[in-house]
Amino acid sequence: MSLALIAALPFLGALLPGLMIRAGRDACAAVTGSVTLLALVLLALQAPAVLSGEVVQTRIEWLPALGLNANFFLDGLGLLFAGLILGIGLLIIIYARFYLAKSDPMGQFYTYLMLFQGAMVGIVLSDNILLLLIFWELTSLSSFLLIGYWKHLPAGRQGARMALAVTGGGGLCLIAGMLILGGIVGSYDLTVILENKELVQASDWYLPALILILLGAFTKSAQFPFHFWLPHAMAAPTPVSAYLHSATMVKAGLFLLARLWPVLAGTPEWFWIVSTAGLVTMVMAAKIALFKDDLKALLAFSTVSHLGLITMLLGFGTKAAATVAVFHIINHATFKAALFMIAGIVDHEAHTRDLKRLGGLRHLMPITFTIALLASLSMAGIPPLNGFLSKELMLEEAAHTVWITPWAMGLLATIGALFSVAYSFRFLAHGFLGPVRSDYPHTPHDPGPGLWGAPALLAALVVLIGLFPMVTAAWLVDVAASAVTGEPVTAKITHWHGLGAAALWMSLAAVGGGLLTLGAYPRLRAIWDATPRPEAKPIFDALIETLAAAARGVTDALHNSSLSRAVAAAVLAIAAATLWAFSGGTHVAGTRELLPVTPALVGIWAVMVIAALALPFFHRDRVVALVLTGVVGLLIAPMFAFFSAPDLALTQISVEVVTILLMLLALNFLPKATPVESRPVRRLGDAAVAGIAGAGMGWLAYAMMTRSAAFEPISHFHLAQSKPGAGGTNAVNTIIVDFRGYDTFGEIIVLGIAALVIYALSESLLRSPTVTRRLANVLPQREDGDRHPMMLVVSTRFLLPMAMMVGVYIFLRGHNLPGGGFVAGLVFAIAYLMQYMASGYVWSHARQRYDHHALIGWGVLVSVIAGAGAWAFGQPFLTSGFDYINIWPLEEFELATAAIFDLGVFLCVLGAILLALASLSRLAQRTGEDVNTRAFDINPADTAAEEVR
Amino acid sequence: MEALVASAIGLLTAVGIYMILRLRTFPVILGLTFLSYGVNVFLFASGRLTLNAAPIIGRGDTYADPLPQALVLTAIVISFGMTAVLMIMAIGGHLEAGHDKVNMAEDDDTQTDAQTEAQTEAQTGDKP
Repeated sequence: MSLALIAALPFLGALLPGLMIRAGRDACAAVTGSVTLLALVLLALQAPAVLSGEVVQTRIEWLPALGLNANFFLDGLGLLFAGLILGIGLLIIIYARFYLAKSDPMGQFYTYLMLFQGAMVGIVLSDNILLLLIFWELTSLSSFLLIGYWKHLPAGRQGARMALAVTGGGGLCLIAGMLILGGIVGSYDLTVILENKELVQASDWYLPALILILLGAFTKSAQFPFHFWLPHAMAAPTPVSAYLHSATMVKAGLFLLARLWPVLAGTPEWFWIVSTAGLVTMVMAAKIALFKDDLKALLAFSTVSHLGLITMLLGFGTKAAATVAVFHIINHATFKAALFMIAGIVDHEAHTRDLKRLGGLRHLMPITFTIALLASLSMAGIPPLNGFLSKELMLEEAAHTVWITPWAMGLLATIGALFSVAYSFRFLAHGFLGPVRSDYPHTPHDPGPGLWGAPALLAALVVLIGLFPMVTAAWLVDVAASAVTGEPVTAKITHWHGLGAAALWMSLAAVGGGLLTLGAYPRLRAIWDATPRPEAKPIFDALIETLAAAARGVTDALHNSSLSRAVAAAVLAIAAATLWAFSGGTHVAGTRELLPVTPALVGIWAVMVIAALALPFFHRDRVVALVLTGVVGLLIAPMFAFFSAPDLALTQISVEVVTILLMLLALNFLPKATPVESRPVRRLGDAAVAGIAGAGMGWLAYAMMTRSAAFEPISHFHLAQSKPGAGGTNAVNTIIVDFRGYDTFGEIIVLGIAALVIYALSESLLRSPTVTRRLANVLPQREDGDRHPMMLVVSTRFLLPMAMMVGVYIFLRGHNLPGGGFVAGLVFAIAYLMQYMASGYVWSHARQRYDHHALIGWGVLVSVIAGAGAWAFGQPFLTSGFDYINIWPLEEFELATAAIFDLGVFLCVLGAILLALASLSRLAQRTGEDVNTRAFDINPADTAAEEVR
Repeated sequence: MEALVASAIGLLTAVGIYMILRLRTFPVILGLTFLSYGVNVFLFASGRLTLNAAPIIGRGDTYADPLPQALVLTAIVISFGMTAVLMIMAIGGHLEAGHDKVNMAEDDDTQTDAQTEAQTEAQTGDKP
């Protein structure tokens, strides 16, 4: 359970910032941070077990039939990554508190950050690849939100879109690859998959799965040729860059490579694809990084380069290389997150990140400079810092790897390291060294410890791991690398490998070459600026534009913005498909015994047919059309009653009344007549389409009714269990509130949402000047002066309490006899509607003391409470209970929790209808007609007074 | 009896589709209402037709199938919600655009605006 809790905590925590921001920014940050801290503590509690070689597991069955289970496991690799994600996450939360400006919505930021954190933790703890995929997509989505956090910046929006397009596209490939992998092994559980190396690698599907999975990993980890999104994602606020783009999200791809290393690695395909991609990325990005002036762009390309380095190491497929990869993941996270935060501090203080406008910061910001010095020297691979240790090991591995020729890999790796030295020193030299300038956009000085605290801590780690690697990091590297390789690993990390080590000479060459390169920087820069090179963004934009144009072309070819044509095409297509399906199958003869025809039904049928047939001919007068619709709708009710469905009859009749009344009100705002627009030929064509559809439906209905169900209906269960299981004799009601209560729960929410949509639409209509102008010209047709006849007003007011009593009665009897929450809600709504009709909108509205939104909310809440109450008794959601109670002097009666649920249904239905009505009435109040504030237009009291006078 | 219900379903559907194919919002919404009638009755009929067998336990020997009834009951209420949302959309469209046509582009088959105007005038009569 604990592992699931660790993964769930950030998601739960994501709810808090939005609430806590009202208590201030400090409270918001503190709460967010403490949730992360709690998750970190929970993780730490598991650490001893993992370090002793155990694999901690949590298994929760979710959809076992699909192989989708919420299984989590924690081994060394998971521990390393979860530790990084939560640990650096905590630092970022603190840093962001001081980094974000007052005008930035901080609650939103933390919510996104926590969502992202939860998704990342989920990825690294998942023991089920389907679950992993879900978390994987969540990281793409949450990083989209984070990158685009500054919505007002076009660069932020574009960068976010690009990141989403690239990583999301890769995610789709990954889904396919993972499904193939799961298909090969026959299980979606990672622990099972990891033990089936031979099976996977022998499969014909190995290569497709490998390529698809690598596409997912490479896009996420910004490997060539998908590296271009990462620099554009730098439009994000710096805490996001530091978190997502150095320590966590871009490492998700690496994590995946490491996670699947035991099954996928070791083949030539793996070696060639992965190590080549890594190598190319490393060298190319390091070179580009050197020529970037923006601090964050430099760091972004440097990140791409280091990710390439780690990918390359994983690609080698040897145990030693994988161990180095793990070690470098730790080191890179420490120094790169610190450097991003430094870039943020510089930006924050000097109001620019442009290296050409910086320099001399060493004197103005000594603390920041010290941190930057340590971190960037580590990035350059200068002893004794931690970056040096893993770079030495990397060079040693590269030197002994044969790639095309025995020396090519070593040479290219050295060149990569050389550029790495050059850009690291450029970061320092052009940013911090040199004389103090007088033209900074804003004179910088060291910020408070809130900002430099987090990078300082990371810099301390850089030094400590560098000085005492065996004490501080080796144990973690051991368990993580053991988890990656599936064999016990004991890393030996030292500063000195002896004069014979190739890495020593490669390192020296890299440092020397790097310094020379930096020395020649102005000349190299001139060459760089003069050489044309492909820019990723225009290519990407052109690609997207081409795709969009193609999609537009298809759309335009398929429909011409004519709803009628699209509907006609759809109807015909459905009819053709149904005919094809129907004629293709075998059917039993329609031998079911039919019911005898009774005159009553023939009567109902005849009137219904006449009314329905009249509609196409007389629909142009809309009031007539509405009357005809009402006639048909009302006749369906007795039909239901006739065929043993009293509940449906009640519902149909009350819904019909509400619908017609609402449409009648709506007609106030619409033309009263429909003009003749289409030619007779077209009307005939439409009639033909409609005729085909109708004939098909009728035929299908007849075919169905003349045959018995192919399978035994499941409702025997409902009928048998209605009384003993749900405690009610009305089987329809027990199905609604008990057996299929969850459906009903969803349905009332849909109804509530529909009402809120109506409210929102009417609200936005009222904001539009065109609409208000047009509304002012709407004058409802008036035949006489008395809009609120006294008879009607008085009688509806008498009827109100009675109608409500009927509603209560229908509600209470619902569990055992026809009725229930739906019908009761409708009856109540009709009672109110009558007041609106008789006494006018304003008068009635002013007398309603409660809020319709609240009614809907309470309705949903009451049903949630009724459902969740079952948990208290260890039962699943919405399990109902009932008992019979004797209270003198009443007769024995039954109390069921389903009745509480039904109460929720009732409230929600009532609220939804009243909200829809109120929204219309708000529109009506803006019309040109003067509104009544009194119940009667002609007040008998006034008239009487006048007569007396 | 089944034939009567089946023909009613067919007719309701046909009228519904015909009305949906009209060019103004209000008839389209009425058409959808008719279509919901047809579909609801169809769903109900999937429980097969029974007389005098309301699914109230203890009120008889045989019972009608309660499951389609329960499904249709909620469907009726949801249809109402849908109709109401469409109605406000139609009102909004009319108030915002100044007309209540459903097709975005001018339909090939429609008459010119002038003709339409003239006919509207003729139909609504004295109203300006």
